[in-house]
Amino acid sequence: MSTITYILLWPLLGAVCVAALPGSFRFAIRSIALATTFISMILAILLFVGFDASVAGPQFVQKVPWVQALGISYHVGVDGLNIGLLLMGAIVAFTAACMSSEIETRLKEYYILLLVMTVGILSAFASLDLFFFYFFHELALIPTFIMIGLWGRGENRNYATYKITIYLSIGALLALIGLISIYVQTGARTFDIIELTRLVSAKPIGAQSQGIIFPFLLFGFGILVSLWPFHTWAPLGYAAAPTATAMLHAGVLKKFGLYGLIRVAIPLLPDAARDWTQVLALLCLGNILYCGFVAMRQKNLLLLIGNSSVAHMGFVFLGIASLSLVGITGAVLVMIAHGFLAALTFALIGFLHRQTGTVEMDRLGGLLPRIPFVGAVMIMAMLAGCGLPGFANFVGEVTVFFGAWKVFPVITVLALWGALVIGGVYMLRAIRTVFHGPATTAFESLKDAVHPLARLSFVLLLGSLLLFGFFPRLLSDKIRPAADQIAAMVAPRETTAPVLAGTSAATDEPILRR
Amino acid sequence: MNVSLTILEIAVILLGLTILLVDLWLPTQYRRLLGYTAAAGVVAILIGSFWMPVGEAEFAFGRMYIFDPLALYFKRFFLLAAAIVLVLTVDFSERLPSGISEYYALSLFALSGMMFAASANDFILVFVALELITITFYILTSFQRNRLTSLEAGIKYLILGALATGFTVYGIALIFGTANATSFSVIASKTADLAGNPLFLLGTLLVLVGVGFKIAAFPFQMWAPDVYQGAPAPTAAFLAVGSKAAGMVLLLRILFGVIPQITINWTALLMAVSGLTILYGNLCAIPQRSLKRLLGYSSIAHAGYMLLGIIAVNQAGSTAVLFYLVGYLFTVLAAFGVICVVMRITDSDDLSAFAGLHSRSPLLAAALGFSMVSLAGIPPLAGFFGKFLLLRALLEQGTASHYWLALVALIGVAMSLYYYLGIVRTVYWTKAQSNDPIITVAGPIRCVLYGCIAAMLYLGIFPNMIVNAAVRASLAFQL
Repeated sequence: MSTITYILLWPLLGAVCVAALPGSFRFAIRSIALATTFISMILAILLFVGFDASVAGPQFVQKVPWVQALGISYHVGVDGLNIGLLLMGAIVAFTAACMSSEIETRLKEYYILLLVMTVGILSAFASLDLFFFYFFHELALIPTFIMIGLWGRGENRNYATYKITIYLSIGALLALIGLISIYVQTGARTFDIIELTRLVSAKPIGAQSQGIIFPFLLFGFGILVSLWPFHTWAPLGYAAAPTATAMLHAGVLKKFGLYGLIRVAIPLLPDAARDWTQVLALLCLGNILYCGFVAMRQKNLLLLIGNSSVAHMGFVFLGIASLSLVGITGAVLVMIAHGFLAALTFALIGFLHRQTGTVEMDRLGGLLPRIPFVGAVMIMAMLAGCGLPGFANFVGEVTVFFGAWKVFPVITVLALWGALVIGGVYMLRAIRTVFHGPATTAFESLKDAVHPLARLSFVLLLGSLLLFGFFPRLLSDKIRPAADQIAAMVAPRETTAPVLAGTSAATDEPILRR
Repeated sequence: MNVSLTILEIAVILLGLTILLVDLWLPTQYRRLLGYTAAAGVVAILIGSFWMPVGEAEFAFGRMYIFDPLALYFKRFFLLAAAIVLVLTVDFSERLPSGISEYYALSLFALSGMMFAASANDFILVFVALELITITFYILTSFQRNRLTSLEAGIKYLILGALATGFTVYGIALIFGTANATSFSVIASKTADLAGNPLFLLGTLLVLVGVGFKIAAFPFQMWAPDVYQGAPAPTAAFLAVGSKAAGMVLLLRILFGVIPQITINWTALLMAVSGLTILYGNLCAIPQRSLKRLLGYSSIAHAGYMLLGIIAVNQAGSTAVLFYLVGYLFTVLAAFGVICVVMRITDSDDLSAFAGLHSRSPLLAAALGFSMVSLAGIPPLAGFFGKFLLLRALLEQGTASHYWLALVALIGVAMSLYYYLGIVRTVYWTKAQSNDPIITVAGPIRCVLYGCIAAMLYLGIFPNMIVNAAVRASLAFQL
């Protein structure tokens, strides 16, 4: 069995064990959840270390036929696109379990859902089978809805639950129509993504069919990633969600749509992808500028971060729209960096909310001296959010801009402005209001994060941001072969020449050496 | 002629007659338990069916009756449904004023009608089978004579059902007049000439009206909510599963087996029917407060989803319909099982009666929750894989109108999430009234509910076996 299968099985085993325990064994339930997510995180780190960056195809592959009549198989594997996401997902899942100590009612149901959500998320990213790719995503979505409904906060909870449910279900179903159409149109009777990619590069799907299918995938996946103007569910949903759910959804699950665009939509429908890039590039400006301005006006810290997280998705869309090696590499980098960042900020705000009982920025102020540890981490996270060098976000965003510059110069300039100026304004303003200035007397008894698990999760997430910020090649070297393949597939027929020249040069090399 | 092919039907009818006879000598207090005998008998017949040799299609009664993998698939389906419904009936029977044995016997006769429908290869047998099902259901619906709603439901079903029967007979007469035959095999060989004959087309259309009434497709869906609400819960369950599946098998036999070419010509009509059925069912279900009525509307919507597979006119389509029905069986029977138990205690199927069910009986809450999630088509349950197969069959045709219909279905599914999750919410979120007692569930029903939950999960996660069976059964159609 592949290591990946173990990464997925541990949380599943945890869920089964928790389900078997009586609800009153609170400590045992929490320990099982922590232990299983911890093991799967360690396995994911080992997988990441053992990944061979020089190989282009998927590694650690395991394939088990599931429904032969339709060509569905349980097929997992990692290549450059998903190895980083899997690692990020596993780390965020563990930290989300750490941050779940705030839950006090119906512990058993909560941890079952959390673990099922973890299984779904990690499996969705590890799947190389179109059916299970979708299946596991849906499996992770349902716990999200239930967790927001049951353990969510705020008066808007019910509204937010229904809104997020209906938006995300419509998005997922649109994508499902697109995915099934791809299966049907290739006529290959297989859901294997690798196999489909190979078939399509030999014999592309007809241009007209591509034109019908691509919008389904673009908008289906787009809704899942809060593509402007379908983003309104996101800030509301995250503001109402319990901390761990917001961390897992904003951090990891949301990236599924982006991953789907890069993994499925662009390589399998390259002609339509080229036609739609202009639209995507314009819509991503909506994310970056519009949602950036909206974030500037927020008085609620959760809504501010929710909107800023929507704005960050714009950079990924811009990278994808460039359809270039650099742009796609940058998009994957931003996805990973933003995963860590979103998880970190939601964890911190969850902590603040539990301590102070409010996330209204007017009522907070001068918190830094009272909670130096959390305050410092929070300030660093917010600076990472403005794209400060040294954090992984900077690397990703700058790579995206390099990739997009050649294709969309005007849009890139506007996006840069959005990233640096708008992002800077709302992040710095939030830091000033919450952490600096005169201290309000209301929070004199405020306690810093002292629990080792809370500290550990902040350190893990911030450490990952810094690690990949200082050594981005740890990721980019792994991403490049896979991104290169996709960029080559989507490149117009005429310009495939440089790629061919590159490969012929490589084959010439031994001769020269001789 | 080969009477031995009908051995399953004969066994079911004999079982029904035995129950009626035993009733004459059995003391009253034991009559309730006859239901378990009947269920056991049905299960025995179901197990026996696995020894029936089945390969090429075989015929009986002058080619009126066909026995092929498709027929056997549906016969097993009906037997399974009937066995579960009979177990539910025993639990429900305390509420019936009298004639419990007749209730069991009538359910078995309805079952035999469904099994004949699965084997229909002639419009005459179609009519006989439909009437056998419908007339027994008129009685089963109004069985709670002491309740006005039950009688009202029976009368409504009778009037509308008789109207539908009238359409069917008129249609068969027109078909016989133009094709000079009622046998499917003969008509299928003549369709090339008949496809342009307006009288023949009108006849087929009228027969489809009758069948559309059975499956509760728009615009023949009027009866479903009233009858589901008023009928005793086991009857409603059997109607939802058995009667609908009987309609579907006839629809498949006629549209795919007899007139595939005309079906393709009628794609636009069928699309309109399917789209409207989906939208009507889902929109009307949203404001409902009575769970049985809500399931009535949802059953309309599900008929619409299954029509998506019919519209595809390919083997993928019939495979999808066949798989969907099996998932639907376990899902709906689990829901009605819960309703049976809860109504015995509270005498109400209002949503408020289910509030906080979780704290009163975790099993009932889980069964209802799983069933709603499966109906909504969410992985990893059976409903998701069924919808997946239907969409795949539909999109195989790949024209723009098929995509539009897929979008309509998608909107329907999104709407349905609202009310299905609303029920899950009521069951798990809402606080129970403090005076609501803990509900104890009888052993057999407990087994049925556990079985249904396991089956929903099994079909959703390991669909391979049933998909293969459905694929084999679908080979009956040369499309």
